[in-house]
Amino acid sequence: MMPLRRFAMHQPKSVAEASQMLAEFGEKGRLYAGGTELLLAMKHDLLRYEHLIDVKTIPGLNKIELKNGTLNIGGAATHRAIEHSPAVKENLPVLAQMENNVANVRVRASGTLGGNLCFAEPHSDPAALLLALGAKAHLQAKSVRRTVTIDKLITGSYETSLGADELLEGIEIPLAGKSQRAAYVKFQLKERPTLGLALVLDVDGDNIKKAKAVVGSVSPMPTESDKANGLLTGSRAQVEKQLLDAAGALAQAADPVDDLEGGADYKRHLIGVFLKRAFIKALA
Amino acid sequence: MNLQFVLNGKPWRVECEAQETLAEVLRNTLNLNGTKVSCEVQVCGACTVLVDGAPVSACTYLAYEARGKNVTTIEGLEKPDGTLDPLQQAFIDEFAFQCGFCTPGMIMSAKALLDENPAPTRAEIIHYMDGNICRCTGYVPIVAAIQRAAQAMGKETKK
Repeated sequence: MMPLRRFAMHQPKSVAEASQMLAEFGEKGRLYAGGTELLLAMKHDLLRYEHLIDVKTIPGLNKIELKNGTLNIGGAATHRAIEHSPAVKENLPVLAQMENNVANVRVRASGTLGGNLCFAEPHSDPAALLLALGAKAHLQAKSVRRTVTIDKLITGSYETSLGADELLEGIEIPLAGKSQRAAYVKFQLKERPTLGLALVLDVDGDNIKKAKAVVGSVSPMPTESDKANGLLTGSRAQVEKQLLDAAGALAQAADPVDDLEGGADYKRHLIGVFLKRAFIKALA
Repeated sequence: MNLQFVLNGKPWRVECEAQETLAEVLRNTLNLNGTKVSCEVQVCGACTVLVDGAPVSACTYLAYEARGKNVTTIEGLEKPDGTLDPLQQAFIDEFAFQCGFCTPGMIMSAKALLDENPAPTRAEIIHYMDGNICRCTGYVPIVAAIQRAAQAMGKETKK
């Protein structure tokens, strides 16, 4: 078996204590939320830490609750918990459905939403959908709190804007009313998605008043394009004619890269296919 | 560290290190070799065991995570009188394994599925079992075995 190097596990009882530990251990320490990404990298000796800080021991960090028209999900909530949460299924089925398709059932049982976002592996289903849904991330370092949008949290491949002693407390997702239509579709052959496409529309009858399309996994960060979003608004018939142009604008903004999940040209092509699928699914 | 958990219905106490995986503790410390280790990166599912009913990859799941929890491995399925679990029997009846290396993981995932959803559709079985890889038997008999076990267990509960 591929053994892990020796490390010590720490169990903070609060976000402030975890932040304190991060400050104390510096580069020798890292937050541990589910291990589905981190432990793999450590097994392969790509990352080495002497101290892991188990954020799951912080009471309440895994809560999922509705508050003032928003859905709040703690950083340590597992994909499985989100997938099965009645509050999520009822109020934001697109999120439950996306979570039901993350990796495999075992990864969903131990992997967490916070871990997925903060590890910032570019092939992330949650990152793309949360960006499209206008989610915010609540970050905390000792006693200092700040709130950022997902595109300000994830800043590159495996890179975030988190400070050295800062951690993700939770995600807040606004619940738009009945006029919202949303879909998340993806293309995946192996363990990680080649492409994920999230589409969130605000509709009034046959008119699409607002649109947000985000493509994830094809490049280092999930991407949206104002031009594409503009082309996706208007009457349904008109938007249908503009879908390919919108996909082109989105592909240009995303600037797909070649990787093990597929070539850049292929991913550009897939954006067109999956934008269409997302559009049909969202309005079904 | 001193790890206490319930393994196949019996309380256990073992000494282990923070970096040890559940598969290492099961196989190396407790000599329970039914749990297989293959890809070691949570992809293949050979090492699937249940922790509080949920399937996890024992190859990457730290033993530390099992503290105070209920762990079920393939060794915990047969009844004390030696009767096989309906899933084990169905895998035999449907010829759902050839080399058998993926089988403990397949059966444990299928158990988690049937505990959650006693009468899954074929599509639901395929979706749930998507993360368990077989490289020799083929998936058709595996899906058939899970359907057969679901039927057998359904009859059992109705009695």
